Amino acid sequence: MITVRQVREVKLSAWQNTYYPELWRGMFITSKHFFQNFGRFIGRAVGLKVKRPLVTFQYPEERRPIAPRWRGRHRLMLRPDGAPRCVACMMCETACPDKCIYITAGEALDGRIEKYPVAFEIDLLRCCFCGLCVEACPEDAIRMDSGYIDLGGYSRAEFYLDRDYLLKDSALTTHSQFRGELDGVVVTRVDLLAQAKHH
Amino acid sequence: MLVDLGIIIGKIAFVLVNILNGAGILTWVERKQSALISDRIGANRASILGIRLLGLVNSLADAVKLIFKEDFVPPRGLRVVHFLAPIFAMGPVFLTMAVIPFGPPVEMFGREFKLQILDIDIGILYILAFGSIAVYGAMLAGWASNSKYALLGGMRASAQMISYEIILGLSLIGPILAFGTMEPGAMVNAQNQYLWGWIPTWGLVVQPVAFLLFLPAAMAETKRAPFDMPEGESEIIGFATEYSGMRWGMFFLGEFAEIVVLAGVMTAVFFGGYHVPFLFDAVEKAGQAGFHFPWGMYIPLGEWTVVILRMLAFGAKLAILMWLQMQIRWTFPRFRYDQLMRVSWKEMMPIALVNIAVTGLVILWLNK
Repeated sequence: MITVRQVREVKLSAWQNTYYPELWRGMFITSKHFFQNFGRFIGRAVGLKVKRPLVTFQYPEERRPIAPRWRGRHRLMLRPDGAPRCVACMMCETACPDKCIYITAGEALDGRIEKYPVAFEIDLLRCCFCGLCVEACPEDAIRMDSGYIDLGGYSRAEFYLDRDYLLKDSALTTHSQFRGELDGVVVTRVDLLAQAKHH
Repeated sequence: MLVDLGIIIGKIAFVLVNILNGAGILTWVERKQSALISDRIGANRASILGIRLLGLVNSLADAVKLIFKEDFVPPRGLRVVHFLAPIFAMGPVFLTMAVIPFGPPVEMFGREFKLQILDIDIGILYILAFGSIAVYGAMLAGWASNSKYALLGGMRASAQMISYEIILGLSLIGPILAFGTMEPGAMVNAQNQYLWGWIPTWGLVVQPVAFLLFLPAAMAETKRAPFDMPEGESEIIGFATEYSGMRWGMFFLGEFAEIVVLAGVMTAVFFGGYHVPFLFDAVEKAGQAGFHFPWGMYIPLGEWTVVILRMLAFGAKLAILMWLQMQIRWTFPRFRYDQLMRVSWKEMMPIALVNIAVTGLVILWLNK
């Protein structure tokens, strides 16, 4: 069944079509906002408990709460022993629609995996944050961060992320582990670092 | 002689300082007022040692930035004209304020001085003349920039000025007829009469249609929204496209100064100048200075108190009118260029002519 939604057609009356009264009505609305906010500002300044005058956030001090499912800049996850999870399989590099991931593989010497990333670089200025690299990764080695991430910089070089930067502050993970918060519920994780030390 | 010179220089300095300060503060007011209208906070980031002064420091930071910014002259542009254009845009605006009386005549050193820099009989013509010279700034800037976008902006500016200058002139004929003078000082004095003893004969009361025509025409002269076709930022067409740094700043300082001056002209012609309703000085009421209300109440005031009250009233009216211009600028959508021309030639012009005819007939009928 196709439901047709009726679009409300705005018909201007002759009075409105003269333009002039509507201009003054607009002036009344903006003036109302002006004096309301002005009054609230003064009220706040003298210490009265009035409504918060404005809707904007004072950005660096106040931050707008972002959705828990929001995903930002990439990070490389770690094995329990602290080495990067990445096995340099090039899946993310292949899947990347912007071709902004550059991996240089090296032979792993510990015998458990074949390769490891000698260099893992992401050109954030080309990245479109589509998350396909995260989807493509068979090792769950690359993820996109949640929470506030400052993506600002003063030069192009600052947006060219290298392996060590992507690994910085990264968590130790297993395949099944979820870290962080989803839909407001905090998911706690097993402290793998402590477990690794016991072995 | 020396006293005369001193007083003239003092008056010029007083008016210039006030216009410049007014223009500077208006840059701040514009940001803050538009912010309040749209429920924002507005400029408040710049600070000196952590003192933000409600965003006033931002204006200082702007000035510093504009002064130290690269001063770019387009290659193969007319260097001399490019240099002169901002001066043409800013200079005449300050001259306009010379004929506006900002206070009543004062007795000092045994002589009477008018609180008005230039007291000439054709004051209104003087205002119109210098108001239209200011557009040369925009035109020359467009021409000297060696850029088709700037040239189009300059052409738009000149076409708009011609259209609205006519309305400006025609709308002022009504008050000139009604008050029977072209001298702003005399015009202001004519507005201290009272119809039936209690309605002050302000230009707004005697010539409401003229005011409703004058306000938009004057705002078109300032080249500000909703009449900002010459700048047209959203179309990248603007006479100031090729200007940077303080030269660009001078265009906009001139624009803000024009707001102050226009508020002055409107105060003098339509809002009773420095007069407060029912406040008279000693000359007008036989030595009894103070409030004389129509129901017979009399509040005596000193001669100097009256002078100061009147100057404060002038300032207050100026402030309210500047607020009104800002509010209009941040409320109304821009015109399209053909709409702009239509409003001027097909709508405002006939109304202005009818207003002149009706005013003339009423004056004829009253004088019979």
